[in-house]
Amino acid sequence: MITFTINGEQQSLDVDPAMPILWVVREKLGMTGTKFGCGIAQCGACTVHLDGEPIRSCSMPLAAAEGREITTIEGISGEDGGINAVQEAWISEQVPQCGYCQSGQIMAATALLRDNPSPGDADIDAAMSGNICRCGTYKRIRQAIKVAAGIEQPSSEETAA
Amino acid sequence: MSELETKKSERSAAAKWSRRGFIGAGVLAGGALLIGVGVRPGNPVGKLAPLVAGGEGEQLVNSWVKIGADNIITAIVPHCEMGQGAHSVLAQMLADELDADWSMVEVMQAPTDGSYIISDTARLFAAPFTMNAADWLEPTWDGLFTQLGRLADVMITGGSSSIRSTGQYQMRIAGAAARKMLVGAAADEWGVPPGEIVTRDSTLIHEVSGKSAPYAQFAAAAAEQPMDSSPALKDPKNYRLMGKSKRRTDIPAKVTGKADFGMDAKIPGFDPADLSYAAVRRPPVPGTSVTAMDAEAAKNMPGVQQILNMSSFIAVVADGYWNASQALNAVTAEYSQSKSPIKTTADQFAAFAKALDDAGDDGGDMAASRGDAASTFDNAPTKLEAEYKAPFLAHAPMEPVNCTAWVRDTDEGAKCDIWTSTQVPLMARSAAAGALGIDADDITVHHPFLGGAFGRRLENDYVTMAARIAKATGYPVKMIWSREEDTQKALYRPADLSRFKGGLDADGKLVAYNNVFTQRHDPAEASVPGIYNIPNTSVRVAPAELHLPFSAWRSVDHSQQGFFIESFIDEAAHAAGADPLEYRLAMLGDNTERHKAVLEKVAEMSDWNAPRAKGTGKGVAIVESFGTVAAELIEVDLTSGKPKLLNVWTATDAGYVMNPDGFRNQIEGGIVFGLTAALYGEIDLVDGAAKQSNFHDYKMLRMDETPAIEVAIINSGAVPVGGAGEPGTPPAAPALANAIFAASGKRLREMPFAKQFT
Repeated sequence: MITFTINGEQQSLDVDPAMPILWVVREKLGMTGTKFGCGIAQCGACTVHLDGEPIRSCSMPLAAAEGREITTIEGISGEDGGINAVQEAWISEQVPQCGYCQSGQIMAATALLRDNPSPGDADIDAAMSGNICRCGTYKRIRQAIKVAAGIEQPSSEETAA
Repeated sequence: MSELETKKSERSAAAKWSRRGFIGAGVLAGGALLIGVGVRPGNPVGKLAPLVAGGEGEQLVNSWVKIGADNIITAIVPHCEMGQGAHSVLAQMLADELDADWSMVEVMQAPTDGSYIISDTARLFAAPFTMNAADWLEPTWDGLFTQLGRLADVMITGGSSSIRSTGQYQMRIAGAAARKMLVGAAADEWGVPPGEIVTRDSTLIHEVSGKSAPYAQFAAAAAEQPMDSSPALKDPKNYRLMGKSKRRTDIPAKVTGKADFGMDAKIPGFDPADLSYAAVRRPPVPGTSVTAMDAEAAKNMPGVQQILNMSSFIAVVADGYWNASQALNAVTAEYSQSKSPIKTTADQFAAFAKALDDAGDDGGDMAASRGDAASTFDNAPTKLEAEYKAPFLAHAPMEPVNCTAWVRDTDEGAKCDIWTSTQVPLMARSAAAGALGIDADDITVHHPFLGGAFGRRLENDYVTMAARIAKATGYPVKMIWSREEDTQKALYRPADLSRFKGGLDADGKLVAYNNVFTQRHDPAEASVPGIYNIPNTSVRVAPAELHLPFSAWRSVDHSQQGFFIESFIDEAAHAAGADPLEYRLAMLGDNTERHKAVLEKVAEMSDWNAPRAKGTGKGVAIVESFGTVAAELIEVDLTSGKPKLLNVWTATDAGYVMNPDGFRNQIEGGIVFGLTAALYGEIDLVDGAAKQSNFHDYKMLRMDETPAIEVAIINSGAVPVGGAGEPGTPPAAPALANAIFAASGKRLREMPFAKQFT
C-alpha cells in the first residue's frame, strides 16, 4: 500500500511500487491529462510535479511518491478555480496545435515561473528544452511564458491578425 | 502531355471547380448523401438526423449546420482535428456565410457515417489522374466522385485540403444556403420580400417593419424552404469572420488536460481502472511473421490476462499497460526470414544507385520533358553534376499509435466499437470490418482529437491489430504501442537518391536540367521544377524497391524533392556566380507573379543585401505545394563549428488566408518539422530492421535550438486557395543547406545535416 497526495487529496493504492506514476495516474486514477510520449524521460509529455518539482512521471516509480504530493495538469487551476495565468497565456498566444504535449509543457512552465517570475530566454531554454513539441509550437510557448510572466502583453484576436 | 503542361491544366481545371462546386452543390440539391439537404421525410439526411441531433427543439437545417432552440449554431465538421485547426476554421467559413453570432457557434465532429464522405477532398485527390476526362463527363462530376468516394471510403484529413475542399465547396455553401432558407421562411411569415430582410449575429431583421427574430425561431420553417444549391457567396470585402484570427475552439480544453485523444478513450459502462490494455510487438523486419513464441516466463507475471500469437504480431493483454509491457519484455519469439535482399542502409542506397545507373541519361519513366536536356548538357560551356540523398523518416507524432476496440455479440449479431486517433475514420471502419469479417455498418468508429499525425494516421495497420485483439478477448482492450514500436515498426517517408546534370549557357542561365530519382508517390508535380523557365528539361523516375513500407509524411514527395530541386538551383546560381535570390527571380517562368512576390518579400524581411557577419550565412528556397507558394530564408551561424539556427523569414501566398494566426501557426510548425528532418531525421537499416528507436536517437528540434520565425502572408487572391498544413515544410531543408553553403562553402547534399558537423 502506497500513500500519497494527488492534487490535494490523499490516496492509498495497492499497486506495484515499481509502476511509474504516469500509469497510476492515467489508469488507476483515471486522470488522463498527463500523457504518455516516450517512456524514457526524453519528451516531457508526462511531466507532473512531485512536491512542486517537475518530474517525468513515465520514469518515476510510484514508490518515490510515498508520503509526497503529486500535482497533475488537473490540479493547477488558478485561485478562483478557473485556469491559471500560464493556461490563460497559452490561450491568448494560441499555443497548442495537436495539444498532446501541452499538459507537460504547461507543467514545466508553471514550475519555471514559480521559481523565476521573470525568466529570460536562456532560462526558458533551460527549463523547457526537455519537452518536445512535434507540432513545433516552441516560438509560441516562449512567448506565452513571457506573457504569463507579465514581460509581454497578451495577444488579442485583433492583434493576432 | 508533359507534366509541366499537366500542371497548368490542373490549375485551370481546379479554378473551374469553384463554379462546378456550386453545381456540386448538386450534391446539396440532388439529394446525394454527401452534403445533406433539408430534413424531410424520405430524404437521406433523415438517416443523419439522429446521429447529430441533440437537445429538444433542435432543427437540422442541413447536414452541415444545426440550429438549436437556444440559437446555438453547431457546425458539423467532417474533418479530423489533429492540431491543424480545421474544426475552427471550417466553422468560421460556415458561420460567416450564415451571418452567425460567432460567440454562439459550436463545433461538432461529424459522426463516422458513409453519408459524410468528403466528396470534394476525393475530387482534389483524384483529379490529377482524371483531369483529361471528356467534357461530357463534366455534368456528372459530382455523381462520379460520390461513387469514387463511396468506393474508397473517403472521409480523409490530409493533403492540406480541409479549407480548400470542404471549406470552400461545402461549408460556405451550406452556410449561405441555410441563411437563404431562414430568410425565405421569415419572409413568408412576415409577408415581406426576402430582399428586405437582413441578417446579422444569428438574427433576422426587417428594418422597415421593425420585426426581428433569432434564427432559431425560423429553423423549423426554414427546413421546408427550397434549398438553393448555388447560393451567392460573400465577396471578400463583406467577410466578417473569414480572414480574421478568431481563436480556435479546441484550445481551451487542450490547456487543462480535458481534451480527449485516442489514447484517452473511455469505454461507456467500464471503470477506467477495470479496462484491459495490450502491449504489442511486431517482427523487426517488414514482411516477416512470428514463427515461434515462448510465453512461459510471462504468463504468470502480475496482471497478465492473455498472451496472443497473432502471427503478424504478439500481444500481451493485462490489467494495465505497465504490466502488459513488462510481461511482453519477458516473451521471446522467433521470426521468419525476410526475402528482401536489403539489410542495411548501404544496401538500400545501392539499390537506388543501380536503378539510376540502369536508367542512365534518358531511361526511366518520364515525369516531365521539354526540349533536349541531354544534348544541351553535352554542349553546355558550364556543366554541373550533383547527387542528393534523403533518408527514411518516421512520423513520430507525440501520441504513440494506439487503438481501443470492443467486439461483442448482441441480439443483432456481432458489433464493434473502435476508439482511435485517425485521419481516415471511414477507412478505419472498413479495415476493422475486414479484420473481423463483419459488416462495416455494425462498426462504430469514435475518433477524438489526434495527438499529431503528419500522415501516419492515414494508415490502418493498428486498427486491424486492435480489432483482432478485441475479437480474441471478447472484452474491450486498449492497445498502446511503445515509442520504440512506433518508431521501428512504422511506415516511413521513403529514402531516395536523386541525380542531376545541369548545363549553364555562357550567361550562366540554366538551360539544361536532367534529373532522375527513384521514388514518386504524391503529389505528381512535386519533382517538376515547373516554376522555372528551363528550356531543356528531363525529369525521370527510375523506380527502385523500398525495404521499409511507404506512407505519406507531411508534404509527401515535396519533402525530398524540395531539398533536391532547391539545392540544385542554388548550386546553379553559385556556378553562375550569381546571387541565389536574384538568380531565382531571373529564372522564374510564366505565371509566376506569386513566386516573384514571395521571394521579394523574404528578401526585404531578411534585409538580404545587408553585410553579413563572418561565419554566418543566409540561404533561400521556394516551393509551391498544395496550392500555396512559400519562400523561406534562413540565417545560420557556423562560428562554433556546428550550425546554429538564428532566423527563419517566410513569405507565403495561399491566395486568401481564412485565419491568419492559425495559418501562421501551421507554417511555423511546418518549418520546425522541416528543420528537424534537415538536422536530425534519419531511420537507418541494420539487419533489415529500423535502427533508431526513441527520441534519444531519433532526435527532435527542441526549444533551445528553435530559431526566431517570422511569417508574412500575401493574399494575392489566387484561386483556388492553398493549404496551410504542409507548405511550410518543403523549403526548410534546402534553405538551411543553402545557408550553410553561404556561411562555409560546404555543400550538403545529404540529409540529415547535424552529424556532418562533428
